Formats: sequence, structure tokens, C-alpha cells
Amino acid sequence: MSIYLDHAATTPIDPRVKEAMDPYLEFAFGNPSSIHAYGRDVRAAIDVARETMAHSIHADPSEIVFTSGGTEADNMALRGVMVEARSSGKKHLITSQIEHHAILDTCEYLEKLGFEVTYVPVDDSGRVHLQDIQNAIRPDTALISIMVGNNEIGTLQPIREIGGLARERGILFHVDAVQALGLEEINVRDLPIDLMSISAHKIYGPKGIGALYVHKKVKMMPQMFGGYQERKRRAGTENVPGIIGFAKAVELRMQERERYREHLEKLRTELFRALKEKQIDFVQNGHADQSLLHIVNLSFPGIDSETLLMNLDIAGIAVSSGSACTSGTIRKSHVIQALHVGEERVDSAIRFSFGQSNTTEEISYVVDILTNTIQRLSKT
Amino acid sequence: MIYLDNSATTPVHPEVLTMLTDVIEQCYGNPSSLHHMGVKAERLVEQARKVVAEALDAAPQEILFTSGGTEANNMAIRGIVEQYQGRGKHIITTMVEHPSVFEVFAYLEEQGFRVTYLPVDEVGRIRLHDVEKAMTNETILVSVMHVNNEVGTVQPIEEIGAILAQYPKALFHVDAVQSYGKIPLSVRKAKIDALSLSAHKLHGPKGVGALYLRKQVVIKPLFIGGGQENGMRSGTHNVPGIAGLAKATILAKIEQTRRMNQFQSWKEQFIEAIMDKLDHVVVNGDQTQVGGAPYIINLSFPGMKSEVLVHALENEHVLVSSKSACSSKNEKASRVLSAMGLSDEAATSSIRVSMGYQTEQQDIMDCVEALERVVPNLQQVMKVRKK
Ligand SMILES: Cc1ncc(COP(=O)(O)O)c(C=O)c1O
Ligand SMILES: Cc1ncc(COP(=O)(O)O)c(C=O)c1O
Repeated sequence: MSIYLDHAATTPIDPRVKEAMDPYLEFAFGNPSSIHAYGRDVRAAIDVARETMAHSIHADPSEIVFTSGGTEADNMALRGVMVEARSSGKKHLITSQIEHHAILDTCEYLEKLGFEVTYVPVDDSGRVHLQDIQNAIRPDTALISIMVGNNEIGTLQPIREIGGLARERGILFHVDAVQALGLEEINVRDLPIDLMSISAHKIYGPKGIGALYVHKKVKMMPQMFGGYQERKRRAGTENVPGIIGFAKAVELRMQERERYREHLEKLRTELFRALKEKQIDFVQNGHADQSLLHIVNLSFPGIDSETLLMNLDIAGIAVSSGSACTSGTIRKSHVIQALHVGEERVDSAIRFSFGQSNTTEEISYVVDILTNTIQRLSKT
Repeated sequence: MIYLDNSATTPVHPEVLTMLTDVIEQCYGNPSSLHHMGVKAERLVEQARKVVAEALDAAPQEILFTSGGTEANNMAIRGIVEQYQGRGKHIITTMVEHPSVFEVFAYLEEQGFRVTYLPVDEVGRIRLHDVEKAMTNETILVSVMHVNNEVGTVQPIEEIGAILAQYPKALFHVDAVQSYGKIPLSVRKAKIDALSLSAHKLHGPKGVGALYLRKQVVIKPLFIGGGQENGMRSGTHNVPGIAGLAKATILAKIEQTRRMNQFQSWKEQFIEAIMDKLDHVVVNGDQTQVGGAPYIINLSFPGMKSEVLVHALENEHVLVSSKSACSSKNEKASRVLSAMGLSDEAATSSIRVSMGYQTEQQDIMDCVEALERVVPNLQQVMKVRKK
């Protein structure tokens, strides 16, 4: 038995996505920059994909820049905007303490280059407070970057309100929507968003492809040079099958969003129900209802999360402790630390993240195994 | 259609395709995850790293996976320059580099670095004494491509490496996107510090490539975040792409020498037939097998326009390229051909015929016939004078 509950780390490709990609892997292999038929056909397919992507968030196709993933999109947004802003004398950036490392590490890098960054705190549920953003704003603030939903604890942020503040003050607003894409309704004409990072492999699309939405008015310095691709904003031969697959994944998520949300709600409810039934001692990290539906982060007092993770893995259950993107090295979760709820909760946190193929039966099975494991580990 | 534009991109090899499908279906984990699905994916990435390392005579930990050749070039050049700029502000490249190198140098020049663009001779090769002359105590980077993407000329990489060995401050980067898996190059022997490659030029998938980075060399990363690839390149691994790159590398090794000899003989037959049957044709680049990539042929038809030729050949079901794909749409004269001293007439009228594993002798001969059908007519329309 193998149960995958790590969809926030990555998802399997939806067979329908793979099917959409197949022609572009098998025979429509041209380089979109080529002027002959093979190039033109592929260019046309990319244009359609770009439209699909754009429409799903109510953007203009020219506002979508394809990248190699969410990390590149995050790096590109922050570096691109800040380097450009320097020429107008602005050097300050606001973000939160619980952003993904792609944001936080880039901020640290920008600080070394002489930029200044304010990392606003979050409350014990992981929410950013508007007042803190307001207090952080300076005359030389160029950009605010806040994630829509957190990848470790799922907490949703008041994006509309933060964006509103930014707009009022003429500050650009970037959101990392890598985890929220396909789950939350995102309309960039309605929400005050200027830049947004997304990634395909979190929504049953292929790995190695992502995008940055960039509002028409935003000027940014490209981070990769060497070709006319993506309107000179991102050089490199297009990952054609990746782009096609990403658009298909987005299309499916849009069509099936309500059903998918209901499905995830059911899995969540079952998890909490079963945990209570088994009388397991746990606390939830994150916000009870302002949360991405696929992520549940729990701490089991007295239980070391790595040990629990290994034990679950032996039973065929894949969950995560902290975020996945720390490459084997186990860094303590900066997210749960930022909640200021005690070291014990940091050390005993486990993230369950659900996906479309999970069933309520799987969830109750997981809770059975979890119960046994915790009982066994508590004895030692 | 006869596809002779393999230097722009190649069809994915059927066995690579099978590999991609298998990995997508069975190995979808994130290599950074600690559980079994992560470990399985990580193992695949590490196997791929070994394969690529072996092909370059490098150590596995010296291979960093990227999203392609453009990223590898940007990452190497910007990363090295940013890291080592304290040692000097002089960098060297050539007049014939791919835009993903050339434009990075142009950007760095704007940022205040002193750049030397080495000239080339009439076949497109830089001269070693120009390298020697350009070197200073301030030089921190020299970037020279292995095989040129437009004309196929091979640069004397090992000889340049030997010169640079006398300048410990100067690092050596090689863009091997057009040669990887086709013309052997040992990073040890050639004393290379960084080398870029891309899968889609070798019947692998688009969206994946690699950068070889010598162990002792540190760079400022282009993407930071999750800390993947030893912190040098963050971002969730493109596991199927990486496995596909490795598979393409393994397949390219099979009968590599025989295949290259075959391309060379087809190339010679092609050129002989063209010279014999058409007037006002110039063959660009080095036609010897050691001096030019056997799979790239570049011709100019002075008085005509490359785009017109490409479309005329397309009507004859033969797909070739006008200059390189990455610059197809813009500059008029090829920067590479101009650097080789060709007239504007010759530099705006070139086509590139490039072969891949699926190419057969008949394709080359069909291309000759198609040229025979279209060129004289077009020359008449364009009033190109007869000899
Ligand atoms: C919130 C968030 N941002 C960015 C990323 C990075 O995206 P990618 O894995 O596509 O590089 C991730 C996933 O790892 C994420 O969860
Ligand atoms: C010599 C050379 N370098 C770099 C590149 C860029 O590689 P990629 O297409 O993988 O970005 C190409 C191909 O376009 C090339 O021919």
C-alpha cells in the first residue's frame, strides 16, 4: 500500500495533461523561433496555451511570462522589479517572515546588494496583519511580496487588502500563488495584483515549467538574456510540451475547481474526525478556516516529526515535515517558528497535503497507522 | 517533410520518449522529499548526474541541472563574474557566440566590465595569439563556444585551455550546446571551469540542460530558494527532463564515431553536388572534419534573402533554417557571417542545413534537388548575374 499525501511538494501529472503534451513530445517538436512550418505550428500552439493561462486569471496573454518554475518566477519578480526600481531611487521591499525560501533567500541576496527589506511578522495562525504592512511602508518602498497561501501551514493571506494598500501608495504588489493556483479564485483585474508566480507541478502539470504574470505597466529588468523569447523578458528555447501541459493543467483546474474543493473538504473533515475518534493529541498549525484546502499541518506533542515521518514512510505513507525544498538537509521550519508557538510544536509538525486521487478510506487508514505509530513512539 | 534544422531543435528519440513517460507515470515524487517517493526520484536524478558527468569526463557533483542552454550560459557567466569581480573587471568572449552568451556580455559591458570580443578568421575560428594578446592580469573569465550554431566551426578549446592555465585568475567557460554528445570534449583535458549543454539539441526534451562547474569554482546562483543542486540552482527538479537528458546522452554515444563519419561524407557529397549544379553559392565555415561539425552545413546565395530561400524550400518539403533559430526574426545580417568577413550580401542570404540521428542520406540528396529546383528560378527573379 502506498498513499501519497505530499501534494504540496509535488503532484503526479494528470493523464489528461500528459495526453495533451504527447503530440509535442512525439512529432510537433519544432523550435517556436524557427520561421518554417514546424516552428510556426508550435508557435501557434504556445499562443493558444498562453491565452488559456491568461484567461484563467483574467490577464492579457502578453502579461504571461513562462519560466522554468515557481522558484525562477519568484526570483525574477523580486530581482527584476527591485533592480529596475533602483533607477528611481527606491530601494525598500516588504515581505513576510513565512514566505517560501525562493522569496526569503532572494530578499537576503537583495539586502547584500544594498536593498532594504522589512519582514513583517505573522500571528499564531500565520496571518499577516494589515497594520504591520502599513507601518512598514516607506516613501522608498518599491514592492510588497506576500504569498496567497502558505506551503507549509496553508494559511491564506488578506491579499485584496494588502494589495489595496499597495495600490494606494503606488507600490507594486507581487504574490506567490504557487500553492493557491487552481484552488483559490484569482482574478488579476479584480484583485490589486501586479505580479504573480505560479508553477505547473503543483497542479498536476509537468515539472520544469512555471510562469510569472506581469501587469502591463510593470517594468522589470530581465534576469536571463539571449533571445527574443517571451518578449525579451525571458530568453531560452521554450519548453513547448511543458507550456502545453501547464495550460491544460490550468484549464482542468478551472473546470473542476468546485468539485476539487469539495473533494478536499471531505478529506480534511475525515482527517479531523478520525483523529478525534482515535483521541490523538494534536494541535493544528495554521488557521482553522482561512486555509488552503489541500494542506493540513499538525503537531503531535512529544513526537519528533522526522521519526514520525520515517515510520509513516515505512508503512507506505508519504507526508512531509517542514517544506520539501530543503534538499535533504533538514532545516527547522521557519514558518512554524514564526508563529511563536513554542519549539516543541516546531519539532513535532507534520504536513499532510491532499490530492485528487486520495480517498476518505485512505485517510482513515492513515489515521490508524498514525495512531499506532504515535502510541508506540510515546512509550519509548 | 524533410527536417534538416536539427541545430535549432531535434525530435525526441523514441527511447527517450518511453523514458519520459515511465518517469512521469511512476516516479513523480519531489527529489527533495524525504519519503520513498522522494528518494526514488532523487536516485533517478543522481543516476542522470553520473551519466552526464561521465560524458564530459567530470565528477557527478560537478554537474548542475538547469532549464536549458540559455540558463546554463547566463548562470555560468553572470555567476562567475559576480563572484569573482573583486579580482578584476576584464572578460573575454568571441564575436561569434550564441546570443545567450553574447547578450550577457553586452549586459556586463553596460554594468562597467571591460569586454574583449575576439575576432574570427574567414572560417569563423578565433586565433590563439589573439587570445594570448587579450589576456591581462585583470581577466577573470574567458567564454568560447565549442561548435558554432550557425556555421559549425569548431574552436580550439584544448589549446585555449592550455593558454588559460597560465592565468590562474581567469576562468574558462565553454558553450557546448551544439557539440554535446556529438563531438567529444574532456573538461579535464581542456582545463574547462564551466561548460553549458542542452538536451533538446540531442534528441532529448526541451526545458532541460546542465552546467558543468569545476569543483573548486564557486558562483553566485541565478535562482535561489530551496537550495537544490548544492544551493547553486534552486527550483524543484525537472525529474523526467533530467532522466531524458541522461537517456539522450547514453543513446548519443552509440556508434558516435561512425555516425559522425557518415555525416561528414554526406556533407561532402552535398557540397560537391551544390557546387557542381548551382552558381553563385558560397559555402561558409570549415569543411574539414576536425575543423567543422559534420552535421552543420551553411551556404550563402548572394543576391537572395535567406527567408525567401527557407520558404521556397519549405514548399519543396524541406525544412532548413535562416541563421540560428534564436535570432531568426530580427537582425538582418548574420553577426557570425559578418564577423567572418562576409559581405552584407552573403551574410543576409545564408541558410543552414543541419542533421540529426533520424537524418538519412536520401534526405540530404533530396535537399540538393530541392535547391536545384528553387535556386535558379529565384536567382532569375532576383536578377542575380550568371557567372
Ligand atoms: C509557495 C511556493 N513558492 C514557490 C515554490 C517553488 O516552486 P517550484 O518548485 O516550481 O520551483 C513552491 C514549491 O516548492 C512553493 O510552495
Ligand atoms: C550554441 C548555443 N548555445 C546556447 C543555446 C541555447 O540553448 P537553449 O535553447 O537550450 O536555451 C543554443 C540553442 O539555441 C545554441 O545553439
